[in-house]
Amino acid sequence: MDYIFLQNYWWFLVSLLGALLVFLLFVQGGNSLLFTLGRTHEERTMLVNSTGRKWEFTFTTLVTFGGAFFASFPLFYSTSFGGAYWLWMIILFTFVLQAVSYEFQSKLGNILGKRTYQWFLVINGVVGPLLLGGAVATFFTGSNFLVNKGNMGNELMPVISSWANGWHGLDALTNPWNLVLGFAVLFLARILGNLYFINNIRDKELIPHCRRQLITDTIPFLILFLAFVIHTLLSDGFAVSPDTQEVYMEPYKYFMNFIDMPVLLVLFLIGVVGVLFGIGKSVFSKTSTNGIWFAGIGTVLTVLALLLCVGYNNTAYYPSTADLQSSLTLANSCSSEFTLRVMAYVSVLVPFVLAYIVYAWRAIDRKPITAQELEKDGHTY
Amino acid sequence: MFENIDTSLIDWSRAQFALTAMYHWLFVPLTLGLAMIMGLMETFYVVTGKEFWKRTAKFWMKLFGINFAVGVATGLILEFEFGTNWSNYSWFVGDIFGAPLAIEGILAFFMEATFIAVMFFGWNKVSKRFHLASTWLTGIGATLSAWWILVANAWMQYPVGMAFNPETVRNEMVDFAAVALSPMAVAKFFHTVLSGWVLGAVFVVGVSCWYLLRKREIEFAKASIKVAAVFGLAASLIVAWTGDISGVQVAKVQPMKMAAAEGLQEGGNGMPFTVVGDIKIPKMLSILATHDIDGYVPGINNLLEGGYQTPEGTIALSAQEKIERGQKAIAALDAFRKAQKEGNKEAASVARRTLDENVAYFGYGYIKDPAHLVPPVGLTFWSFRIMVGLGGYFILFFIVVLVLSRKDKLKDAGWLQKLALWTIPLGYIAGQAGWVVAEVGRQPWAIQDMLPVGAAISKLQTSSVQITFFIFLILFTIMLIAEINIMVKAIKKGPEAIKGE
Repeated sequence: MDYIFLQNYWWFLVSLLGALLVFLLFVQGGNSLLFTLGRTHEERTMLVNSTGRKWEFTFTTLVTFGGAFFASFPLFYSTSFGGAYWLWMIILFTFVLQAVSYEFQSKLGNILGKRTYQWFLVINGVVGPLLLGGAVATFFTGSNFLVNKGNMGNELMPVISSWANGWHGLDALTNPWNLVLGFAVLFLARILGNLYFINNIRDKELIPHCRRQLITDTIPFLILFLAFVIHTLLSDGFAVSPDTQEVYMEPYKYFMNFIDMPVLLVLFLIGVVGVLFGIGKSVFSKTSTNGIWFAGIGTVLTVLALLLCVGYNNTAYYPSTADLQSSLTLANSCSSEFTLRVMAYVSVLVPFVLAYIVYAWRAIDRKPITAQELEKDGHTY
Repeated sequence: MFENIDTSLIDWSRAQFALTAMYHWLFVPLTLGLAMIMGLMETFYVVTGKEFWKRTAKFWMKLFGINFAVGVATGLILEFEFGTNWSNYSWFVGDIFGAPLAIEGILAFFMEATFIAVMFFGWNKVSKRFHLASTWLTGIGATLSAWWILVANAWMQYPVGMAFNPETVRNEMVDFAAVALSPMAVAKFFHTVLSGWVLGAVFVVGVSCWYLLRKREIEFAKASIKVAAVFGLAASLIVAWTGDISGVQVAKVQPMKMAAAEGLQEGGNGMPFTVVGDIKIPKMLSILATHDIDGYVPGINNLLEGGYQTPEGTIALSAQEKIERGQKAIAALDAFRKAQKEGNKEAASVARRTLDENVAYFGYGYIKDPAHLVPPVGLTFWSFRIMVGLGGYFILFFIVVLVLSRKDKLKDAGWLQKLALWTIPLGYIAGQAGWVVAEVGRQPWAIQDMLPVGAAISKLQTSSVQITFFIFLILFTIMLIAEINIMVKAIKKGPEAIKGE
């Protein structure tokens, strides 16, 4: 395991966590549909309790994604979070609202009332995926920041990373392509939310409604997602010279990355087909309930391929439009070889963690949610 | 242009972090404490098969769940604030500091998140034993996460296992075991986590006494008190013991914090401990700080002026000398990078040597005035007394509760029932005071001797941080009020309500 290998290995793990996070945004996507799908009190109770048994996985994956990114690429952590302050803060605010909303909404004495907490879930459901998608899009479109490690040698102003404008991350929303990917991720999350409900709930009224809603969300998703992918493949990309570490613009960089790394191309295509197959299966067969697994695995593969494409093959994964040479690459932003190696040993435990998650998930989901079950259960939201 | 860091930005960044950390610590200790207590109760249920214990465990789990959600919400913010508000810190020591945070996520948070779902939703879905295991794993996950975050915090107080690398301009980890098993981390873990257990016990005893006061749920209350008081007494004794260990460590590696906690201007040998005002215990401070009746404890002035003999046998530098050496280190770093850019190997190696000689004082180079090296004395002094005083009180409290409980006199001891109820807020105050000593007492350092808070921040407009500060303040306060209100309602409803579920 040499240094370069470790850098790539950790980019893979961070990308995998990111990909899993996008899949787990089915919780948010599902919540964004709370008042669209749930027309009665009973229906909303089923929806909330369905995502309510999974939200901690999404939340924990978000936290772990942050922690792993911090440990393996600390310069990204400092530059992006400290620079694109408002973008990340708004994302975090909505997740704070979400965290208490399940537990509090049906409890006596919750002060704000059930409706308010349900609206918190909707806000997080819309804003979370939208802004997370927008933030990921900046990996391709670039951000407005400067990095100078030499500043540490300046006693008066030792701060290394700075944002080059006063918008502190909100500027990302002025680039339409960031919004295109943001909305694509939002609609994808809603698709996954529908598919998850179809898998998790048994109800004669609600589930057909989910299948119809699936079509409504798929159309804008496909348009936005394809537009972003085609635009990105045709754009100039941020390339790094392996010899001088100099960053420069290269035409069709991301397209060429897929050609240079055909495995990614295969992953990407399998992923997209998986998502479409999962959707199609659930729309055309009225009894099919396992579409979430095809679309879920498809989502993970697609996002993984995109994130690997933006980091591997001498590409600057967090490019700066203010100063090209400030762009972050795997090599200039990663932790030391020692730390990456120690962390790599720890990562051996990941399959074990995944195994108990799957085991516990299956134990809880053995019986689908029904209106009757929720009446009997002691811990209903 | 001659740029300078705005001190109000530093203050607001600190205020925001303090706000988040203090709110977080309102919820975490109860999570840690209740997790153990309900684990014990469910174990009694599985062993004895008595429905009574199941109902009892379920009641405390209900309160656990209400509290847990807010702990999660505040914890999320805390983790990301290292990036959003302390970005320079995140680069300068992220190589060491990030690892415990990542491990915390991978090993602890997933365990917590997975098994808490089984604990709440699995009663009718999994076997008794699997459910019991899930309850314990939820608690173990929470405790493991505390381990890793306290490793990270202990490292800031006592940085070990790293070396400065001028090529990357940061500190890099060279010894993982030294970081993960640092003696400061071990003491801090037991002191902090067990203080959470004490709070959990205080909470259970207090709530149960409320039922006794109302002459409700007598059996439930008496059984809960018995379990919690034994548990609480054991925990509070260990908290006192590890507190003593921490004291010696702090005296050694953060003598300024010790001096501030004592309000000690002029130090010396065989120093007395000031209780309050003029009440002093002879030689006690020397015993606490050095475990030696005549041990030398430096005061604030001694630390600023230097010249005394350190425990390692060297003569202490003055603050001014440390600042000069820090400035030398920073200038050498600058020279090193310039020489490297120009390809001047000789100049680079000269600069490197100067840097290595002075790097132990690196952080002092950013300090503009020796007076800035003194933390707020009054706040540290009083918080320390509140923490220690309450710690002693809890030991006494649990002993009295246990004695009366054994004699079965609790039911009629109205005064104690009231006292127990009022002890609950004291449990929270003790924990907050402890963190104030630990964190305010180490100012101005983000990382002891290596990086002052002023050089650790993100370059933002002060107004941005002010806005987020107030958003958090409002959000967290509403959440806290809602939480307390829900909790009170659930307690008033009582464990009887669980029966039908």
